[in-house]
Amino acid sequence: MPVLIVIETENNALKRNAAEVASYGVALAAKLETSCTAIAFHAANANELGHYSVTQVAHVSNGPKHFDAHAYASEIADFAGKNNVSHIVISSSADARFLAPLLAAKLNAGYAPNAVKIPVELSPLTVKRTAFTNKAFTYTQLLGDCNIIGVGNNAFGVIENTVDCIVEEIKAENANSNLEQVSIEKITGKATIADADVVVSGGRGLKGPENWHLVEDLAEVLDAATACSKPVSDMGWRSHDEHVGQTGKPVATNLYIAIGISGAIQHLAGVNSSKVKVVINSDPEAPFFKAADYGIVGDAFEIVPKLTEKLKAFKALG
Amino acid sequence: MNILVCISRVPDTTSKIDFIENDTEFNSRDVQFVINPNDEFGLTRAIWFKEKKGAQVHVVHVGTSKSDATLRKCLAIGADKAFRIDTPALDGLAVAKELAAFVKNNSYDLIIAGRESIDYNGAMVPGMMAALLDIPFVTNCVGLEIDGTTAVAEREIDGGREKLKGSLPIVIGSQKGLVEESDLRIPNMRGIMQARQKPFEVVTAQEAPAATKDIKFERPAPKAEVKLVPADDLDQLIDLLHKEANVL
Repeated sequence: MPVLIVIETENNALKRNAAEVASYGVALAAKLETSCTAIAFHAANANELGHYSVTQVAHVSNGPKHFDAHAYASEIADFAGKNNVSHIVISSSADARFLAPLLAAKLNAGYAPNAVKIPVELSPLTVKRTAFTNKAFTYTQLLGDCNIIGVGNNAFGVIENTVDCIVEEIKAENANSNLEQVSIEKITGKATIADADVVVSGGRGLKGPENWHLVEDLAEVLDAATACSKPVSDMGWRSHDEHVGQTGKPVATNLYIAIGISGAIQHLAGVNSSKVKVVINSDPEAPFFKAADYGIVGDAFEIVPKLTEKLKAFKALG
Repeated sequence: MNILVCISRVPDTTSKIDFIENDTEFNSRDVQFVINPNDEFGLTRAIWFKEKKGAQVHVVHVGTSKSDATLRKCLAIGADKAFRIDTPALDGLAVAKELAAFVKNNSYDLIIAGRESIDYNGAMVPGMMAALLDIPFVTNCVGLEIDGTTAVAEREIDGGREKLKGSLPIVIGSQKGLVEESDLRIPNMRGIMQARQKPFEVVTAQEAPAATKDIKFERPAPKAEVKLVPADDLDQLIDLLHKEANVL
């Protein structure tokens, strides 16, 4: 029975995480010695999944144009049923974690989000995933007739290998929604925390919102998203959607730079999945130094502008 | 308006995460258990609806009597009635099935559950429950208004917000932003005394089967010591990030 890869799209194009999810799905199908198909809603460039060894895509070109968890879950459940799908691979993005539980309940499927690698066992299907907000891992057995694996962001990586990819147009017959979109606001032209390779984050050590140009200037040089610690969002210095940590957004980026953040256990939990962590803090006893890869003890107000300038020069050299 | 808030009991956010029985069981010794923070944001919003709009607020939990103190706390901060569905919480789907069956036997306009628990981070229960009940669901909810039989819920998306409208009954996945941290209630003596008189019902479970099973836990590998770079040698940091870490 085949593997179904659920691909996220936006503005009629593949989302960036499509590459990693496709790579995971193809690797899983190979391990299971079965075929795999991707399903995508509204993606003009669906054929580009061929760069990641995907040979077949079912492309849905009717139904809601914007992400609609209910409608998409209904349609994917329908497709999975008709095609005897045994394994579904999806990302662990906010949208995926909206859709996947709906899908799992419809299919009576086992579901494990935040998988960090290819299943360690195929029978019973056993997935290693993060738990306790990145403070531990758990090995979860998935016992459904059909099971859903949510690939952790930036956990598996991308395997590029170009093959011929056939895109088959299908019509959604079951894409009904019980929600109506009233409005959507989204920043444009700036990296977001979920999608950025680099995140620059500021804490209370920056003393006030008027000093955030330090974070923003550094972020701009690095094409980074900006983030903040919980106290900063609680005090209203920055909006809540920048709060990363246990009760905020998770961060699993390649490079996380923490400026003036002491590193409370709840903050570290939220950012632990990042590959490389750099901390700049005047207090050498700040707990973040125990969790970071690189650290500078010193005054952020002196260091950060200098670092920004030096990185600008470094980037200019290419 | 009748509101149901689904409560999960989790280790306090500062807890040391440790395992016993050959890493097959969470070590709850010396661990303080609390209301799952994402549930608490939802409960606090529900209590706001009670105080401002006269809603009735019930809380429900799937678990054993170990959780009774957590449910009493919900009553102490303002919930009117607590239910405990008497079975161990096996996994997200099993819990969602228990809750869906409970909701079917009762009548609620608004059902709130935290977007995810901070222990197993499944983020499964609210969505699964909505799908089983075939009613609307909005998660990562940071704004909620109810007007007659219509709910307008705002969800946090990557880099922004989306506003969605649906008919009641609706399931909401709550998180910080639905109310602020400073809005959270601390039980006072009066609330604690009143909670003792409030109805607390133990409900027989359906014994819904699980679709997943956690068989083993693992602690992250110990981290190598931080490499400190002198504040006056930022070129060294750039060099390390470029050549050693390969992230520039």
